[in-house]
Amino acid sequence: MLVAKPDMLFGKRGMNNLVLFRDAKPGDVTLAKASSWIDEKSSSEQEVYFSFDGDKPTGEPSVDKLTHFIVEPFTPHEQSEEYYVSATCVGDDDVIYMSAEGGIAIEEDWDNKVTEIAFAITATDDEIAEKIRANVPKDVAEANKANFAEFCIGFFKAYKELNFAYLEINPFVMQGSKIELLDMVAKLDDTAGFMMVSEWGDVSYPTAFGMEDKSPEEEAVELADSKTGASLKLTLLKPEARIWTMVAGGGASVVYADTIADMAGIEDLANYGEYSGGPTTGETKFYAETLFDLMTREKDPSGRGKVLIIGGAIANFTDVAKTFTGIIQAFENYQDKLKAIDVKIYVRRGGPNYEKGLKDIKEAADRMGLYIEVYGPETHVTDIVRMALEK
Amino acid sequence: MERLYTRDTQAIFWNNNKTAIQRMLDYDYTIQRETPSVAAIVAPTSNNKFEKFFFGGDEVMIPLFKCTADAKAAQPQADVLLNFASFRSAYDVTMEALEVGGFTSMMITAEGIPERLARGMNQTAREAGVTIIGPATVGAITPGAFKVANIGGTISNIINSKLHRAGSCGLVTRSGGLFNELSNIISINADGIAEGVAIGGDRFVGSVFIDNLLRMEKNPDVKYMILLGEVGGTEEYKVIEAVKNGTLTKPIIAWCIGTIAKHYDSGVQFGHAGASANGEMETAEYKNNAMKEAGIHVPASFNDLPEIINGIYKELHAEGIIKDIKDPLMNTVPTVRRSKEFICTISDDRGEECTYAGFPISSVATPDTGKGIGDVISLLWFKKQYPKWATEFIETVIKTVADHGPAVSGAHNAKVTARAGKSVVESLVTGLLTIGPRFGGAIDGAAEHFKYANDNNLTPKEFLGHMKKQGIPIPGIGHRIKSLKNPDLRVTGLMNFCS
Repeated sequence: MLVAKPDMLFGKRGMNNLVLFRDAKPGDVTLAKASSWIDEKSSSEQEVYFSFDGDKPTGEPSVDKLTHFIVEPFTPHEQSEEYYVSATCVGDDDVIYMSAEGGIAIEEDWDNKVTEIAFAITATDDEIAEKIRANVPKDVAEANKANFAEFCIGFFKAYKELNFAYLEINPFVMQGSKIELLDMVAKLDDTAGFMMVSEWGDVSYPTAFGMEDKSPEEEAVELADSKTGASLKLTLLKPEARIWTMVAGGGASVVYADTIADMAGIEDLANYGEYSGGPTTGETKFYAETLFDLMTREKDPSGRGKVLIIGGAIANFTDVAKTFTGIIQAFENYQDKLKAIDVKIYVRRGGPNYEKGLKDIKEAADRMGLYIEVYGPETHVTDIVRMALEK
Repeated sequence: MERLYTRDTQAIFWNNNKTAIQRMLDYDYTIQRETPSVAAIVAPTSNNKFEKFFFGGDEVMIPLFKCTADAKAAQPQADVLLNFASFRSAYDVTMEALEVGGFTSMMITAEGIPERLARGMNQTAREAGVTIIGPATVGAITPGAFKVANIGGTISNIINSKLHRAGSCGLVTRSGGLFNELSNIISINADGIAEGVAIGGDRFVGSVFIDNLLRMEKNPDVKYMILLGEVGGTEEYKVIEAVKNGTLTKPIIAWCIGTIAKHYDSGVQFGHAGASANGEMETAEYKNNAMKEAGIHVPASFNDLPEIINGIYKELHAEGIIKDIKDPLMNTVPTVRRSKEFICTISDDRGEECTYAGFPISSVATPDTGKGIGDVISLLWFKKQYPKWATEFIETVIKTVADHGPAVSGAHNAKVTARAGKSVVESLVTGLLTIGPRFGGAIDGAAEHFKYANDNNLTPKEFLGHMKKQGIPIPGIGHRIKSLKNPDLRVTGLMNFCS
């Protein structure tokens, strides 16, 4: 007696008819049946809806292939034996949510059915246990209250000690002192990875159903980022678009993206990303070449030239000349390709050694015959976006 | 606390980050601070007692300590901790410092401290009344008084952005790069800032916008405030609440960056770890509208910020709330500086008279001072004035062993080895292996000759005869002069002195 369902970071699988628990009658699914069902469901792309109005799906479905499934024992039980528990961080506190009713319906009557308890981060295990015992949802039968409380106490301890950012069990089945977990959602705080090596094991973060896989270029930047104390980030938004950004700084990169969206619209914005925290010349060269490679693959379909924004605020400690040397080296290797897509380059930057950085990049681009305009801190940080769009 | 830092504020810098510390001292020198803003450095793995830095063209030495507790005990007036530990250890460093106590604020630069640890650390600090700046920040600055590490960038940028003297704006941002950018914008469109804080980019930071704005509300130097927020989180609503209920009365200019995020699903992370909207309320657009409705000055876009800042400044200036600022005198940090090769931690040749550990040489040199060579050695070696019995002991030792000293090769080498950090046994072995014909020759010779006797199965009598034939006195037997009956008087004297 088995149950089979996809395991790809999405819910509402029952509503999408993606939980196999019956062949002729509930609880009669054999391994052979589960296997053929999985073959069938994974053979072609599936449409999955994430929002429903009653039984009717609303909005656009996500379309993707199902690649990961769970097969588990079927647990015969009554609806009344299903319960709900979850925990996450809200504001400054951790909050546990408990309910005597589990299953997909819980979200619809959340306020009435769910008991919430908040804990300060400094709360001790004893204080937590006491508060949970005193606040078991009133709809849990008297005879089950003690077991329910102990399970929730253990659940919350696991949530805390294993550094989950979010943990939900919906539903769990409680039959006397026997508890089965039927479904779970978990999010980890990935910053805790370094101290959870033995507890988490070899964790990988899969791509959710309907989400595009990361491109090899994004993965390469991510890998480089993990190996340096500096910060390198790249997200491809629309690789065929004409405006590419290579912006220094987590805040400045957002301001550039905002400005491009306001002035040109997001249809023209190819990427989002940033480099900061004093990357080496080599790291900057790698990052620049990754971008140049992507942006020179195709010409703009409507025949316009492409725009490269090399922007940034006034750096606190990043050596502008050093990072610009990396960009210049990338120019050397990509100058012909950059010319082929008719690129216009706009630079704005300040910070340590910026005068030399700006002078070097201008001279190098001029020598190679690349179109470039170069500005320092006297020009407003995003003004080069306006200049680029006016050409 | 109405001001985060003053001109007297001193910090303990955790991690010997020489570039950042030098930048702080260059700033101190530029604004003519009397004391360096870094009083001590905590460097757990260093064996040095001091680190040299430039203060203008001169050099100063900042003491190094193995732990925060020792640094704080030696420099109790330093009430700011600059925590430059990595994301792996920043939590422990903060918690240890909170345990030690006596700090009013702590700045934490590490990015990506586990969220649960960051929350615990922030809460513990809040309960202790300690202001946390960060994590994931370049810090804060009170122009003309105290600057944290790298904030503001180079000295030339600091002067360009008028961060060398107090202006009238209170600035709070999340981003460190944009903090610099806004300082520049404010210097062009107004008169600079009175106090500025970059609260940090992580999801859980210690002091949030409202904490810093409430302090600035009380700070008489701050005449108006600028808040640069981001998409994600709900901290801006606390500011809105405080404006609505009249807790914040000074004019506020605000903008949240990240208006682009609405165009994409939550898979795209714009900017910092804290910058991700969960629900409509956390979008930049929603927050900007809410702030505008509350009466906060909100521009149409980031690009319109300069104009709005200029407008508010002119208004406050016309009303006489903001006065004209006279630029203070500044020192110029020399562009070429050379570090001295030798440093002396004891004698000091600055000032009118040279000193030994703080004592003018004239106070120990001449016979009428009653001081002898023992007093001088106690000052130079032990850095303090020893009592008479101890200086007399030093003098007795010096006088009795004056015929030995560096010429005794074995002792010399044992000392050199010990100074290199080797163990007692290793030092001793080095000394013993130095034994040769011209040093400790008797022992060497004794070994050579006795071994010869043993190898050849000579009886004592045969051995004596053999040596006699060779014409060599047997080494190692008897001192030429000294014996138990005729003891070395130096040893007798020392024994008497000690007993």
